[in-house]
Amino acid sequence: MTTYQVDPWTALGDPSRKRIFEHVAARPRSVAELADRLPISRPAVSQHLKVLRDAGLVGVRVEGTRRIHHVDPAGLRRLREELDSFWGQALATFQQIAEQEDHHP
Amino acid sequence: MTTTPPSPTSTTVRREVVVAVPADRAFAVFTEQFDRIKPREHNLLDSPVTETVLEPRVGGHIYDRAEDGTECRWARILAFEPPHRLMFSWDIDVRWTLEPDPDRCSEVEVTFTPEGDGTRVVLEHRHLDRHGEGWESMSAGVGDESGWPLYLDRFAGLT
Repeated sequence: MTTYQVDPWTALGDPSRKRIFEHVAARPRSVAELADRLPISRPAVSQHLKVLRDAGLVGVRVEGTRRIHHVDPAGLRRLREELDSFWGQALATFQQIAEQEDHHP
Repeated sequence: MTTTPPSPTSTTVRREVVVAVPADRAFAVFTEQFDRIKPREHNLLDSPVTETVLEPRVGGHIYDRAEDGTECRWARILAFEPPHRLMFSWDIDVRWTLEPDPDRCSEVEVTFTPEGDGTRVVLEHRHLDRHGEGWESMSAGVGDESGWPLYLDRFAGLT
């Protein structure tokens, strides 16, 4: 199991970071683009992106002089996988019970 | 059983299954025997769970009862519409403890749709991002080792 430096839930718990994350999720963006679109200063955007990167939610690639941020699916996927596995197990049991009882009421 | 591949940023978990019984039967089994359906390893109480009860009405709860007699209400029934639809809140935070703030709870909807001689049952666990709200202050003092990884460990037995 990978241990992230920042808990992904913590990272998304901050309203500004959540908005930045949503914008990055819509499509990959540079710091300048994010700062233009949101009422958040460039240095603050950079800080928030660092937290999102440390949480494994956002990744970065360099294009010329720009750093383009994109969603790193690993963090969010991890959250979903746990619940997916929980409900997968529940529905499998449900199917078994429903069909058994139908044959042997 | 099938799973739809989710988009990388989806905040929903979706599972579905087709069962070979009519919808009214499927709904009844799901709601009346939820005790047997819910994986029992998932426990918010200190002592082993002996029973999980789903109260069949809007405003009711789903609660676990433990060997030592304690109870934990971890869901509120938001819709109870036999034989088509069941919806409840998921009042459990990512540390697998009770979440008292309804705004920080996610939501589970289960629909039962007739299909041939059987029923298609679709389960959606939505708004997972809500659990992130306010997480920062809640987790104050909780280090990396006891927060997120603990949650993962609790689920580890399932995969």
